[in-house]
Amino acid sequence: MTPGSSTADPHPIHEAEDPHLAKKKFLHDAAEHVRDTGHRAFVRKALGGYYASRDTQKARYRDWEQARDAASLAKWSAVNRLDELLPQFVVNFEANGGKVHWARTAEEARDIILGLLRAAKAKAVIKSKCMTSEEIHLNAAMEADGYGVVESDLGEFIQQLRGEPPYHFVFPCMHVRREEISDLFGKHLGTAPTDSPEELTMIARRHMRRLYIDADVGITGANFLVAETGQISITENEGNARLTAALPRMHISISGIEKVVANLDDLAVLLPMLATAGAGQPMTCYNTLYAGPRKPGECDGPEEMHLVLIDNQRTAILADPEQRDSLHCIRCGACLNVCPIFKNVGGFTYGTTYQGPIGSVITPHLRGLADWNHLSGASSLCGACTDACPVRIDIHHHLLHNRRNAAKTAPNRWEKLGHRLFVMVASRPWLFAAGGAAFRHTLWLMKKLRPPLLRDWLATRDLPAAPRASFRSQWRARS
Amino acid sequence: MSVSTSTTSSARDTILGRIREALRMPAPLPHMKSHAAEESATGGPKGLTILPADVARPWLPDGGDTPEERLALLTENLGKLRAEVHRVADTAAAAALLAGIAHDRGWRTVAWHGHPAIEPLAAAVGCEAHRVDGTAFDKNALEACDAGITACDAAVAQTGSILVSSGHCGGRALSILPHVHVVIVSLDQIVATLGDALDLVRSRYAGRLPSMLSFITGPSRTGDIERILVLGAHGPKELIVILVG
Repeated sequence: MTPGSSTADPHPIHEAEDPHLAKKKFLHDAAEHVRDTGHRAFVRKALGGYYASRDTQKARYRDWEQARDAASLAKWSAVNRLDELLPQFVVNFEANGGKVHWARTAEEARDIILGLLRAAKAKAVIKSKCMTSEEIHLNAAMEADGYGVVESDLGEFIQQLRGEPPYHFVFPCMHVRREEISDLFGKHLGTAPTDSPEELTMIARRHMRRLYIDADVGITGANFLVAETGQISITENEGNARLTAALPRMHISISGIEKVVANLDDLAVLLPMLATAGAGQPMTCYNTLYAGPRKPGECDGPEEMHLVLIDNQRTAILADPEQRDSLHCIRCGACLNVCPIFKNVGGFTYGTTYQGPIGSVITPHLRGLADWNHLSGASSLCGACTDACPVRIDIHHHLLHNRRNAAKTAPNRWEKLGHRLFVMVASRPWLFAAGGAAFRHTLWLMKKLRPPLLRDWLATRDLPAAPRASFRSQWRARS
Repeated sequence: MSVSTSTTSSARDTILGRIREALRMPAPLPHMKSHAAEESATGGPKGLTILPADVARPWLPDGGDTPEERLALLTENLGKLRAEVHRVADTAAAAALLAGIAHDRGWRTVAWHGHPAIEPLAAAVGCEAHRVDGTAFDKNALEACDAGITACDAAVAQTGSILVSSGHCGGRALSILPHVHVVIVSLDQIVATLGDALDLVRSRYAGRLPSMLSFITGPSRTGDIERILVLGAHGPKELIVILVG
């Protein structure tokens, strides 16, 4: 059994079990988090260092904006040639000795991976950070089948022990204080309390070393699939993915189909930009290209390498030319780090695998617009996300596109009625004037009565004082 | 696994079919700031050419124009990454330097791989030295080693990255499992940019890629606890780069 499943506290569910409750959960959790000023201050402080180092590294680019053009074009070209590049990648990956598995859905992906574990007679599995595995709820499926699985990335390990999903898809435990981590390690690993991040990191390091060596199977994600060479590119800082792909006898990698890039030249642009935008680094510590299992003449490495390619609704996004660029996402997390909504409501409130602005764009595609359209409103439309995106995804406009699409496919009766009434009033000047006068004289009544339709709005806002005369009569008086 | 194979092949056909169907509707080009990018995007067949490398690279961080600039930049970047950098004249001097480091830090065992640049160092290091690439080497023994000594494929001035491969640098584990990674870089291995290093990969390994190529950029690190930087998360706590030449 894993440390996470055997001993974790029963914890609140962070993902809405019933999708129809997703909106209700969002509104409830958002209100809760916004009131928690301690949490907000902690998250802002953690991001402060990121802003400083990101800006230092961006300044080293001779032209960051042109680099964004190059990165955006590299991803655009790859996604719009996916019909050609994905088969090319697969042929080259298999020529390198790897085996590709295709999964239309999360369920197929889980079945493929469980089948591989059965065939390998796996006893212990070690994993490095992989958001696609969160998307398909792999750990729960593996545990249900009796496989022990340990997350090796420090942040993911902490979240696994806490029984929580990642709070942020790049910084999984950025909301957790060191004292909590010390207590957590004390409880699960029996270590002495400490308030030193370094000592806490070393506890995880010592704990994990044995597990890499003893694991039969290592599971990783993939950041880029290089069509030209059939290599998988994995980006990380800790070295846990390197160890996961070095020591066990089987390596399974999981990737969305949209991760393909045409060639190595594109990596020369995308690898440093991913690091700078995502973590404020010139490059992350390890950027590794894998071409199949251990080759003849090599002294170590896995005997088998498998890649599970997952669609899981990505082709639905591909079929929407307007929002196709949301598949350009390299999961750097920059849009979360600058988003005023993310910073105020926190990562769990979204109830999604991918949080923040990009998550709000793609989740309605992955899991249904009817149940997830409320995320399109989780934005001030300030555009900070779009400005931060290293591959120039038009994020905040896509939130508007989703709102429009939702209004078309599943119109809200009350909203429709309201708009119709407004059109009726606004297109008749006498009615508009009369309506305005009525409002001016009854505004105080609204404040007092708080009619149900306005109650949510008034809960966090004050009505302005009513002007004594209409704009039109004031204008006439001036001229 | 025959059932699973047939499922996966029909899944392949479905997914590729959906992709072809989806791409029948073209998507607009991304909003771009620079005309150079737009021109090169629309220049080639179908208007879909990848940016040529020489167009992309002048926008990225500088990699240095001369060997002196590249050496200076590499040294500076490695320093910022908290790697330890030494410069020596030749292999004999490198061996003496490493023996001194091993002695000062009380190393008991080091691991190395068969390579002309590494062998003299292993011979002179003055503590137990295990060669990992000969016969099968025990993972537990490697984990217990104080340091792993490897050669490299290239060093990148632009980012301070060291490129190692499973083919020429002692496999996958030697540069990641021991607590210290010592890497020997000959000055003629320094390239300006990541693009140059990847060009080198392409020409050196065309058709017979090593199973792993890794750009190592400083010692292993994490910021997962309150975004505070800690070195030595799972990989080496120290990266010692010995520049020879």
